[in-house]
Amino acid sequence: MASGTSHAHHGHGEPHPLVGHLVPYSTLFATGFALLVLTVVTVAARYINLGEANIYLAIGIAVVKATLVSLFFMHLRWDRPFNLLVLVGSMLFVILMMVFCMMDVGQYMSSQVPGNAPEVQKYLDANAPFAPITTK
Amino acid sequence: MSHSHAHADSHGHDAHGHGGHHAHGDHAKYPFLAHHFDTPNQQFDSGKLGMWVFLATEVLFFGALFVMYAILRFKNPEVFSYSANYLNTILGGVNTCVLILSSLTMALAVRAAQTNKKGMLVTCLALTLAGAVGFMVIKYFEYTHKFDVNLKWGINFYQPVNDAEKAIVTTEPKPVENPVLAITSPNPSAGVETAPIVATPAVDRSAIAPPKTGPDGVSTVAMVEKAAEGTHGIAPEASAHLVDPAMPVNTHQFFAIYYIMTGLHGIHVVIGIGVIGWLLFAAMRGRFSSDYYTPVDLVGLYWHVVDLVWIFLFPLFYLIH
Repeated sequence: MASGTSHAHHGHGEPHPLVGHLVPYSTLFATGFALLVLTVVTVAARYINLGEANIYLAIGIAVVKATLVSLFFMHLRWDRPFNLLVLVGSMLFVILMMVFCMMDVGQYMSSQVPGNAPEVQKYLDANAPFAPITTK
Repeated sequence: MSHSHAHADSHGHDAHGHGGHHAHGDHAKYPFLAHHFDTPNQQFDSGKLGMWVFLATEVLFFGALFVMYAILRFKNPEVFSYSANYLNTILGGVNTCVLILSSLTMALAVRAAQTNKKGMLVTCLALTLAGAVGFMVIKYFEYTHKFDVNLKWGINFYQPVNDAEKAIVTTEPKPVENPVLAITSPNPSAGVETAPIVATPAVDRSAIAPPKTGPDGVSTVAMVEKAAEGTHGIAPEASAHLVDPAMPVNTHQFFAIYYIMTGLHGIHVVIGIGVIGWLLFAAMRGRFSSDYYTPVDLVGLYWHVVDLVWIFLFPLFYLIH
């Protein structure tokens, strides 16, 4: 269908694809550049002591990078919204599973026996003299 | 069946060429258009939706492992901050950049296919393939180095690496003589209810003296010092984890989840090498055009998801403060 390509106005003089969306070079290179810069930023952030916040900063940067990849490299910015719904839906289910598992682990944390499993510890005592023998 | 008959009637039996609808024209005009689709757009969108559903299962697949990672890290945060020193941030960072650049060349390849630039399509696919292979080569060096020093999963993690370490092991007291076991073993005379399973007494590890010297004149103390040196930022990868007194309990769990997650990701990269190689072969034979480039687009989506997973794996394993 010709109407399917009517929204692709970029790259005058180039043939328009029959289907799908043509992303301008500038957008693709800018996305790639931003991803490389954010990689440097996330490596640098490793050496800053933010305590608990370090992991949230790292995950935050990763989420920004993932958003850039999915919006521009994966064309979701121009794609049918249903594809975005499929991706976001799957991520929501992962988050749901994560939240319930962490709640469960948090509930049982205090009743857990510290240290290695007894069989592992027996092996360590026999074979790894400097391996940990107790917690903390 | 009755549904498809009704469909064929209402659209004038498009696959066989009688009827005045646009569908007939599209099938004559576009040889790649499968008979069960009316238009190239419908075919393209259906393929894309199918790919997205597959990618959603990939997200769930890796998502379960991310949950496993979160639980392990929540339970043993010190294991993760300690073990990350054994991963090479430089190699991990280079691999991240390699994957990002290969994602960029993949996106450029899609654009080249959309605009009928065959030469550029072949070049971009070749670059993407080179990035995928380069990633695996770097990963190979990372893995083999870890295997050499027994940074493995499970009980293999605690195998002595070399003769010097093995010599120390042989000088250790037998398990039955170990005071730790005497304390942690359940007392048979005590009832099940009274067994203090939660209140396992913490044992001061300094109470257990390491042997001063091993056989063949190997100084244990020197090895411990060497290992401690490594953990202070000189060359963490070079130190032997087994003789490191600072190693936390359950450190092997980090390497288990590390190999599971990076290994599964690596399998995806290998599959990516296969499908991108096939795309390259097909592109050189001129199979793709601005009319039909769906395989390039869908493999591109897959390759970007491989990149996406690594974008999360890299900080979660290599960049733990």
